[in-house]
Amino acid sequence: MTQTKKSPTNIQNWITPLFLIISSLLVVTGIKLYAPYNPYVERVIVVLGINIILVVALNLSNGYTGVFSLGHVGFMAIGAYVSSILSLAIETKATNLPDLPAWLAHVQLGFIPSLLIAGFLAAIIAFLIGIPLMRLSGHYVSVATLGFLVIVHIVLINWTQFTRGARTFSGVIQYTNIWWVYFWIVLTIYLVWRIVHSPYGRALIAVREDSIAAQSMGINILRSRLLAFVISAFLTAIGGGLMAHYLTSFSPATFYFTATFNYIIMLVVGGLGSISGSILGTTLVTFLSEILRNAELGMQIGHLKIPAVYGLSQIILSISFVLIVILRRKGLMGDREIDFTWLKRVFPNSPQT
Amino acid sequence: MGSLDYFVQQTMNAFSLGSIYALVAIGLAMVFGILRLINFAHGDLMMVACYIAFFLTTTGLSFIPVLVIAILATTVLGILMERVAYRPVRGAPDVIMLLTSLAVSMFIENVFIMFLSPVPRTFRGVTPKVLDIVNHWGPVNISNINLITIGITAVLFGFLYFFVKRTQLGISMRATSEDLMAAQLVGINIDRVIVTAFILGSSLAGIAGILWAARLGKIDPLMGFIPLLKAFVAAVIGGFGDLAGAVLGAYVLGFAEIFLIGFLPPALSSYRDAFVFLILIIVLLIRPNGILGSTEKEKV
Repeated sequence: MTQTKKSPTNIQNWITPLFLIISSLLVVTGIKLYAPYNPYVERVIVVLGINIILVVALNLSNGYTGVFSLGHVGFMAIGAYVSSILSLAIETKATNLPDLPAWLAHVQLGFIPSLLIAGFLAAIIAFLIGIPLMRLSGHYVSVATLGFLVIVHIVLINWTQFTRGARTFSGVIQYTNIWWVYFWIVLTIYLVWRIVHSPYGRALIAVREDSIAAQSMGINILRSRLLAFVISAFLTAIGGGLMAHYLTSFSPATFYFTATFNYIIMLVVGGLGSISGSILGTTLVTFLSEILRNAELGMQIGHLKIPAVYGLSQIILSISFVLIVILRRKGLMGDREIDFTWLKRVFPNSPQT
Repeated sequence: MGSLDYFVQQTMNAFSLGSIYALVAIGLAMVFGILRLINFAHGDLMMVACYIAFFLTTTGLSFIPVLVIAILATTVLGILMERVAYRPVRGAPDVIMLLTSLAVSMFIENVFIMFLSPVPRTFRGVTPKVLDIVNHWGPVNISNINLITIGITAVLFGFLYFFVKRTQLGISMRATSEDLMAAQLVGINIDRVIVTAFILGSSLAGIAGILWAARLGKIDPLMGFIPLLKAFVAAVIGGFGDLAGAVLGAYVLGFAEIFLIGFLPPALSSYRDAFVFLILIIVLLIRPNGILGSTEKEKV
């Protein structure tokens, strides 16, 4: 970054996050108003909301620290499985997970405690693996976090006592609804925005841009990266828990390579290091993949019958991803946010900083 | 079987497994050394070679021409990959190049899923029967495929070593991986060097793919993923970008994997791959640049 960023005025400091929160809620609500009783539309918007949470959280780690993790879906899986095991009804546990140890078999927690415990567990794991991993530079960290994802996947498949192995984990109570998703979107965007625009966030960006210069200014690289990684893992696990309590059934394959790739596309299409970009990218890619998924199942246009083609959506997503990376390398928003400084020119009498 | 025989047996198995990892890891390390690109699509080259061999065999060709055509076609795909996807993003931040290769990998895999279905196919008819014969040398049992894997890898290493150390192109390759800018300044044609790296890497991947499929006996569009991950680990353990390091890392990994199966209690042996990545994380904790990797200090 050669040009210095305009320091945001006070007014921008709260207007942009407010705008982002309201607009992402509106995107979600707008579709709901358009088709109030359509369960399919309901599903798409809840998933979109959860994706926004996940990608904004991913951006905190991958976009602002420059440490590109490929293993975040592993935290998502931890969030999904841990929260589901905790919130599962005791009768369901007896049939679906008969081998649970007694202290878990007779416990049924509410939605929020389950989510929070899952989040904190993921944060602790992130802290432990972050200590060796956050020292590494670019490539090594990507391969090593990918390794973390593989470890989580293998443990989920083999730890049948807790996870039912590769079989579908089902019977989860559908706690997640649109209001819970709203709540966590607001919390996530607000939290990440405040972190990124705090002195700590500026230290993070400084480390990303030039770690040696940042170090010479007295910034502790490991500590700043580690904190971002841990918070990001916490929010990602919450997102995974929300997803689990919406889908109600899932398997280890739900949280593996394809999911990783899709979240990375959303993040990079929007722009690394821009919260506005994350929301924009997530919305675009979620809708695009939803449309493609329907096309994949085959359709009937007049007399023309288009057969089902599996794999089509991933092909189109990967081609568009390569094109975006070649033509607009920094994504749609780059590392800028939606800017409201023009408001000051239009309303010169508005309260000054 | 005595414990010494058991040890000899497992050592041969480890050598054979490590050889395949090494063939894959060399290609990765070569491209990484020059371009700083982690090529996620490298494993898919293995898969493509196997599918081409599979379909050529059904046309009635014999094994040797099938092998040659499959490897040549894989090499063409490798060159194409570089030209279409990686050249336009050359010089971009590391992350962007890595993600491009991830997208290329997704693309190739899903094209195969779309046109050829994700269902595994048997590879038994492709490789000649003679490969499956098991030799009984005293108490030690070694199949021909293991012997051939070790043999082919040794020959290819010899060739590669000569190429990199003695030929003009090999020397310019080493120069480029040392310092791309300086190599360009002294008149080395970078494009040629990079294409050479892709040619060598993808033909090695093609050979490795067919050896891998001959071991497993089946192929599917996602078969390249696991050996690719292992080769990543091997290359990282050895110090990424260093050819000798990649080979060393591959054999370390092969031994670690085979002996983990031997020593782990049976209940834990399905966690084998998780332990492999645990080893990776531990190695990186102790030596962040790999075993042979130089601790290059970033200059301001």
